[in-house]
Amino acid sequence: MATKEEQQAYAKKIKPIQPKPPYVLNCVKAFLVGGLICLIGQAIQKFYMTYFNFSEETAGNPTVATLILIAALLTGLGVYDKIGQFAGAGSVVPVTGFSNAVTSAALEHKSEGLVLGVATNLFKLAGAVIVFGAVAAYIFGMIRYIFQHVI
Amino acid sequence: MNLLGRQTWKFQNNVYLNAAGTAVGPMESEGPLGSYFDKTYNSLHCGQKNWELAERQLMEDAIDACLQKAKMQPEDINFLLAGDLLNQIVSANYTARGNGIPFLGVFGACSTSMESLALGAALVDGGYANRVIAAVSSHNATAERQFRYPTEYGGQKPDTATFTVTGAGAALVSKEISDIKITSATVGKVVDLGIKDPFDMGSAMAPAAADTIAAHFKEMNVQPEEYDLIATGDLSGVGAPIMKMLLKEQGYDVSDNHRDCGLMIYRPDQQVFAGGSGCACSAVVTYGYILDEIRKGNLKKVLMVATGALLNPVMVQQKETIPTVAHGVVLERAEGGQ
Repeated sequence: MATKEEQQAYAKKIKPIQPKPPYVLNCVKAFLVGGLICLIGQAIQKFYMTYFNFSEETAGNPTVATLILIAALLTGLGVYDKIGQFAGAGSVVPVTGFSNAVTSAALEHKSEGLVLGVATNLFKLAGAVIVFGAVAAYIFGMIRYIFQHVI
Repeated sequence: MNLLGRQTWKFQNNVYLNAAGTAVGPMESEGPLGSYFDKTYNSLHCGQKNWELAERQLMEDAIDACLQKAKMQPEDINFLLAGDLLNQIVSANYTARGNGIPFLGVFGACSTSMESLALGAALVDGGYANRVIAAVSSHNATAERQFRYPTEYGGQKPDTATFTVTGAGAALVSKEISDIKITSATVGKVVDLGIKDPFDMGSAMAPAAADTIAAHFKEMNVQPEEYDLIATGDLSGVGAPIMKMLLKEQGYDVSDNHRDCGLMIYRPDQQVFAGGSGCACSAVVTYGYILDEIRKGNLKKVLMVATGALLNPVMVQQKETIPTVAHGVVLERAEGGQ
């Protein structure tokens, strides 16, 4: 087993050979694709407000549902992972990324059956988002309560 | 003496590689070596209903192709030495269930190709077997599921990542004279220089490859120039230059005769990040292309070193580093069967 010094020396030695991640380019790509997804969301919201009887507030839910559906379909068609490779965080962070995480896990585990395959593994990747979403909502709910009622 | 130094076997009784079979998926068949493979599929599913069955199909096809070329039946083979990348090496186990050849499962991650070939040659050389088939397989989608994320998950991979080759290779080893001889093999030790990133296996495996190659040169008392080709399994665009640098530090210059199978199997414009990986990467390139070049006489002596990252997702999540190993086998052209 290599010592810590040997490991550090090796890491230093190979650094010039390893390709550096293009951080700036990745940020630009993520910004553009993430922005584009939000723009599409905005257009969908406008559509529901113009052609259906939704207010700006109530149009949110069907808009999110539509985005989730589109992302799920793109995942099933094998397109979303290619978008993800290009956009990085730009397509992971929006709700479409959540949809992709759930759908891709479902597709992956289809071969093991509906209950132990799909249902058990559905939130394999997205589960962490739900856990920390719930924890964060609880903490911020408490903070808000304290500010409004106690202080 | 069959053992040279600490870790090199020199086969004393002529051991030959009689025939080999390969089967690959769509990306590999579209690559520069596409025409060298026996069976090609234009779909990742290989006509099966899930990825695991597809990988098994590839291994069965490779063994079938190998047997067909040797004009033999499974009953003519003493032992099947096989492995793959999946948990409990399922592709190998189920393939062995199908063909009924007495079976020894082997695992060395992507180094399994040369591990199984070296062990097969040792069994034949030692008289413990007349005919052995060494086979390995890997599949891009099963490997993604086993080691990374679901296939359709849209996470971004860095440029240091490798792309698992979909395919399988099988080779028949015996004392029956043929035009390719297996003359020696060097068993590698497990090396770990602290790389933790499963998306940078080239950097993790390069020291293991360099260690095995240097040990081979020392124990065989040869220089790199002795070989027409020193091939590594799947160091990719990142690991290959690191390995050459590490060997140079030990006084061995392999820059003229080294090639990496991970860089040979795909065209530069195919979207495979730093290059190909997986047991099948070294297996299909060796059993398809390199053997053909030896037969044609373009290569006379080849040191094939398969490199394996002994990666386990649970260990990586527990903040362990990635141990790696490399095994080398020397293949030589046997002029007139000598």
